[in-house]
Amino acid sequence: MVDSIRPTASEPSPEVRRGPEPVRPRQRNGRRKRYTGAPLVLISINLLLFVTFFVWPAITGLMYSFTSYTGVGPAPWVGLDNYQRLLQDDAFYAALIRTLVYTAGVVPLTIVLSLGTAVLLTSPYAKGKTIARIVFFLPWLISPIIAGVIWRWLFGENFGLVNYLITSLGGKEVAWQSNGNLSLIVVIIAAAWGGTAFNMLLFVAALKNVPTAYYEAASLDGAGSWAKFRRITLPAIAPTTFIVVLLSILHSMKEYALIKAINDGGPGSTNNLLVQYIYTKGFERAQIGYASAASFVLMLILMIVAIIQLVMNRRKES
Amino acid sequence: MAARAKRPAAPGELTKKFWATAVMWLLVAVYGVPVLWFLLSSFKPAGELFSYPLTLFSKHPTIKGYTQAWTSFDFAQYFLNTLIVAVAATALTIVASAMCGYALAKYNNWWIRAFTVCILATTMLPGEVILSPLFLVVRDLGMYNSIAAVVVPSVITATGTFMFRQFFLSVPNDLLEAARIDGSGELSTFLRIMLPLSRPIIMTLAVFSFQWRWNDYIWPLIVLNDPNKFTLQIGVASIVGAENVNWSVLLGASVLSMVPLVVIYLVFQKYVMNADINAGLKD
Repeated sequence: MVDSIRPTASEPSPEVRRGPEPVRPRQRNGRRKRYTGAPLVLISINLLLFVTFFVWPAITGLMYSFTSYTGVGPAPWVGLDNYQRLLQDDAFYAALIRTLVYTAGVVPLTIVLSLGTAVLLTSPYAKGKTIARIVFFLPWLISPIIAGVIWRWLFGENFGLVNYLITSLGGKEVAWQSNGNLSLIVVIIAAAWGGTAFNMLLFVAALKNVPTAYYEAASLDGAGSWAKFRRITLPAIAPTTFIVVLLSILHSMKEYALIKAINDGGPGSTNNLLVQYIYTKGFERAQIGYASAASFVLMLILMIVAIIQLVMNRRKES
Repeated sequence: MAARAKRPAAPGELTKKFWATAVMWLLVAVYGVPVLWFLLSSFKPAGELFSYPLTLFSKHPTIKGYTQAWTSFDFAQYFLNTLIVAVAATALTIVASAMCGYALAKYNNWWIRAFTVCILATTMLPGEVILSPLFLVVRDLGMYNSIAAVVVPSVITATGTFMFRQFFLSVPNDLLEAARIDGSGELSTFLRIMLPLSRPIIMTLAVFSFQWRWNDYIWPLIVLNDPNKFTLQIGVASIVGAENVNWSVLLGASVLSMVPLVVIYLVFQKYVMNADINAGLKD
């Protein structure tokens, strides 16, 4: 507010007083206009890549989604046929629902774990943070493929450590691989384990930025730890939580490598997620047009998720 | 942080310390045990891997899984390919993100603002969503089955660009104005003054970008066809997808493939832990 009042108040007076003075602001404006070359050069690489690998494929993809293109030869126009077929394809629905279930499982688990580890790593009470930091971070270094191998090794039905422990304790072997729901649970655990570190990093940065004075004032008022966490910490890190939720949803909606390595969407095709469905149709069956239509449905879902979250965030802020 | 007063710890503080530490170490176990078990298993000879009762440490530790993984696949080649991909993509990502991030932070043209929104959109709509058309574009550009096909499309990243943008927003404009008054050109100001200032961001993004590209799976899988050009992740995944999984080789190959990242992380730990990566995405 103050900034906007100042220039209007001071500008007219020199203009009235002296002649050459007003040249200054005008020259400044003129100079500012001159800065088109430099910024253009600076963004040129990103602009070129953005157009080539984002705009162009998005437009061609949208066009191909109305054709029965196979990757070679002509691309016969079929109108909305692909989309109609998609809406009647049970395998697509199954993949879509599995993806939503998977996301609904992974996201809350990841948020709780990453916020929990972040709070502990910034807490003055926990001891041994140096080692803990490295261990919490390890899963981030491990690729989804290798993480898949690790969890497959742990949850192997007749050789895994988990079943060995269960049977040693007198339980029965659990069908981690051949039961569709159980194998999805393994993937969810593995994904939360792998997704913690990055989100933890976001939360740690946010927690460090909460002013300590708030906590001191609350302590004087006799607030307990939980009250302080709920009333001060959570509202203060809300913008970061928003980003974490958004990124986690977008990320888990497009999971591929992890599930590929743990059970390849199995048993059978029970746990095929959307990207796997798109990959199979597009690259194994060469139905590029159909796969593009599926891609656009996924894109639409992601956009809806993003827009809902943005709107909710706006409303909360106002 | 809050407990910086040096009074003797109240009994409440002691219980807090106990619980916080206990919970943290429980979580450390939860996060560490899968990796530890995996590592220890990789030193077991093939016969011992499945022999009950399972033991934590091998009775006859061996590195045969590792040597087998190294020799029975073109592992050295995969390693080299992945290294080339990761280094090239990281170098290019840093150059592109620094330049673009600087432009987004320090210039105020309408098209700069519009482009900011475009870059932000790429986080919402990732490559997986336009997988098949992206493949067609890369193929039509004649890049199919080349290392460039893996590297070039991955250079533009919203996270990297916004990390730089956020950093340069925090650099005072006076510095830029002073350089202008001294007659320094815009690009040379960027190269000589701004870029050196952003060293911590360069380091952080280098670690991040290296990790992303080292661990990429689906994109290299799609654009690479020639086994001589495969990356490590494709190599490991091919062992997983085999009819009969050779666990001994798989464990060795997996551990080998993650060594470089662990080393890099241990060296650059402080940059990664201090990274304020969310700042850029907040608005």
